[in-house]
Amino acid sequence: MNQRRDLAEQGKGGLSLAATLARLAAIGAIMLGAAAGFAYVGGWLSPGRLTQARMMSAFQAVNGAHPGFRRNHAKGLCVAGTFDSSGQAVPLSKAAVFKPGRVPLIGRFALAGGMPFQSDQPASTRSMALRVVAGGEEWRTGMNNTPVFAVNSAQGFYDQLLASRPDPASGKPDPAAIAAFRARHPEAVRAMTIINARAISSGFADSTFNSLNAFRLVNAAGISVPVRWATVPLQPFVVESALQSAHTDKNYLFDDLIRQIHEHPLQWRLLLTIGEPGDPTNDATLPWPPERRHIDAGMVTIDQVSSEADGSCTDINFDPLVLPAGIEASDDPLLGARSAAYARSFTLRISEKSQAAASAITAQQVHAGNN
Amino acid sequence: MSADPVRFPLISRLLHWLMAVMILSMLLLGAGMTATVSPRYPLLFSIHRPLGIAILGLAVLRLINRLFNPPPPLPESIPAVQRLAAKASYLTLYALMFMLPLVGWGMLSAAPYPIVLFGAWHLPPILPQNPTLYAWLRPLHTSLAYLLFATFLVHMGAALEHGLIRRDGVLASMASWSKTRR
Repeated sequence: MNQRRDLAEQGKGGLSLAATLARLAAIGAIMLGAAAGFAYVGGWLSPGRLTQARMMSAFQAVNGAHPGFRRNHAKGLCVAGTFDSSGQAVPLSKAAVFKPGRVPLIGRFALAGGMPFQSDQPASTRSMALRVVAGGEEWRTGMNNTPVFAVNSAQGFYDQLLASRPDPASGKPDPAAIAAFRARHPEAVRAMTIINARAISSGFADSTFNSLNAFRLVNAAGISVPVRWATVPLQPFVVESALQSAHTDKNYLFDDLIRQIHEHPLQWRLLLTIGEPGDPTNDATLPWPPERRHIDAGMVTIDQVSSEADGSCTDINFDPLVLPAGIEASDDPLLGARSAAYARSFTLRISEKSQAAASAITAQQVHAGNN
Repeated sequence: MSADPVRFPLISRLLHWLMAVMILSMLLLGAGMTATVSPRYPLLFSIHRPLGIAILGLAVLRLINRLFNPPPPLPESIPAVQRLAAKASYLTLYALMFMLPLVGWGMLSAAPYPIVLFGAWHLPPILPQNPTLYAWLRPLHTSLAYLLFATFLVHMGAALEHGLIRRDGVLASMASWSKTRR
């Protein structure tokens, strides 16, 4: 301590004014450098980087502001039911959800797109999201009724979103923007050909919903195989008719679903499609060969329906990377993009709850479907 | 000109520098993962959770260690107002070392998200599912992280000022590793 005091008595470290200033400048430069590094990582110095915030802005630019709603798949309703595992997936995955037995589930049916009050259209992409808890672990999945996804990257999704933005004058997307998107994303052109060739069913109940993204199943021995999954309806396929969509209300898909669930439980088989070496796991625009092995993992039964106003799915983020041990992410870049974007969408809509309008499918409608 | 290294005990220095690296990594992870939709996002997030919990555990150890190994006193040459500033910055750093992981854990609980550490290793929720609580905690987590980064900058600047300009042994008390006293 004595030496410390002696030193201090020499003045400010015994440095000349010039040396003090030079060292102060060096310290300032180090602090500035650290702050700049933090700012760089946080994206503040890269306005071109595709961030969650930028993706959310694109949704708003295309769909307008709809506070309190999911930025995508905004129009939907909540369901609940059970998953009865067949046990057939146990050799491929150690996930508790695949052990034989019944667990409760929460789900949501929705239409793709960020407009919560859009009219139901036959060609709109329909989705089913599920959340199952088994053995203390959670599995959340969101699936669409299309055979493949339209794009294979976050940038592709962003470009597609912006290209679809309606021109304020015509109310339709700018053909030049669409053409530029197609030129830049040939994978999307190929995928749309497959998607447009699909047979469209009459409603949610007879739709098959596909995971689109690949995942990996890991069994108790640590062996991992690529997988895509789908929920395949037990309700017989009825082809969509122009009559049905033309003569009913703007919520006809949801109203039919509510009526059907009130009549009797709806069921889907959970089919796991096991990929083989060479099957693309990192590109959701490419289908796998149809002869791939399928495993019937169990039965999804939906017997309860409620509006988002009083349903338990409303405050769930169906993040595709909420996975139990035994199901893992693949190298599909869309999985990380979905997880990141869903997280931001969730935070925004939860924070906007006080400003939120009522969902298009109201509690009254769900109740009326009971009569 | 060499100052007398009235040093922190080895255990205190180890805890300090280990946590310095972890906390700085954590701040960068947080800033990076909330500004990307790239495939790195899930990797960053999967490191962020267990690293945050490790920081919380070490913060507890560090507080206990501080009771047994109090820091060496600042040189008497330091004016009272600067002592107060130093004390305030230490208090802020300690408070944030506890609050950031707890707010993070709490907001994941309130969302709710499963709090996965690794594989099937989960932490229990510390709060019930509650959207209002999540809407409050999520931005708080970000604000506290900015505050921690700002406090870190001030702390580093002050330490360098002691080491390069005052040369009063304060920086050496934490940053000197030589075994022999000069």
